[in-house]
Amino acid sequence: MVLNCRHVWDRISDYIEGTLDPQVRADVERHLAHCEICSAVLDSTRNVIILMADDRVFELPVDYSKRLHARLDLVLASESPEPA
Amino acid sequence: MTTPQAAAGMRQEREAALITAILAGEREKFHDLIRPYERQVYLTALSLVKNETEAEDVAQEAILRAYRKLASFRGDAKFSTWLIAITLNEARSKLRQEKRASLDSLDNHDAEEGDYTPAVLTDWREIPSEALEREEIRALMRQAVADLPDAFREVVILRDMEELSVNETAEALGISISLVKVRLHRARLLLQKRLAPLLRIEWKGKAKSGMLRRLPWF
Repeated sequence: MVLNCRHVWDRISDYIEGTLDPQVRADVERHLAHCEICSAVLDSTRNVIILMADDRVFELPVDYSKRLHARLDLVLASESPEPA
Repeated sequence: MTTPQAAAGMRQEREAALITAILAGEREKFHDLIRPYERQVYLTALSLVKNETEAEDVAQEAILRAYRKLASFRGDAKFSTWLIAITLNEARSKLRQEKRASLDSLDNHDAEEGDYTPAVLTDWREIPSEALEREEIRALMRQAVADLPDAFREVVILRDMEELSVNETAEALGISISLVKVRLHRARLLLQKRLAPLLRIEWKGKAKSGMLRRLPWF
């Protein structure tokens, strides 16, 4: 099947996930091979996903872990887990 | 070499042993059980409450709740999935208290519809992780995530930031796998549309000629 750009955009996330049917994947790849727009959309979407996974984007608040474990200490010292 | 499956199996065994020990009275081992998930719990909270201080409160409450309810954890789910589901519940009850939930659900409704057209650029070929060394880029990304409709933000944070699988994301959120895929796709395109042009402008100053090819009609 010959896909237009819209079809390819609709499938970009599944293409990146690797969950397209082999036939559809081949159609998408055929389109990407000659369409500069769609291959740029693919690259930039992939880049956004790579950036999203980077721990530097959302840093934990300073001393988050320290405060958490200090609060846990208080609770662990005085409470047992509830019975099931 | 250890396969990812084997590593996951070892982690699960280690967690099961810790949980048994905690329930038998070695309470302080809860620190060890929770430590690998601190970041994930915080990000999950932030996916709903959008404010760092509130997210920290939610994360603490969720972790305390996980401790108190530990005996009800069933080994058939992953501990992380269980913990994330608790965190999402905690965040939602916080939102309900603030009566923001009803407004958000209206936003979500609109966002499920509509046309998703990506930003068309041809100049973003390389992996730009060096860009994250700049705080303004990180701030742009945080803002773009914060501005996503709630239903999209939850999915993209669990799948793309915390790197849960699609199935685990569905399980943690209590929605179908196909809904996860639809929301994930739309969230990614929204982020692409929002971020690709901004990042391109950010880099424009640094890049010399050649890198930034514009389409004639763009």
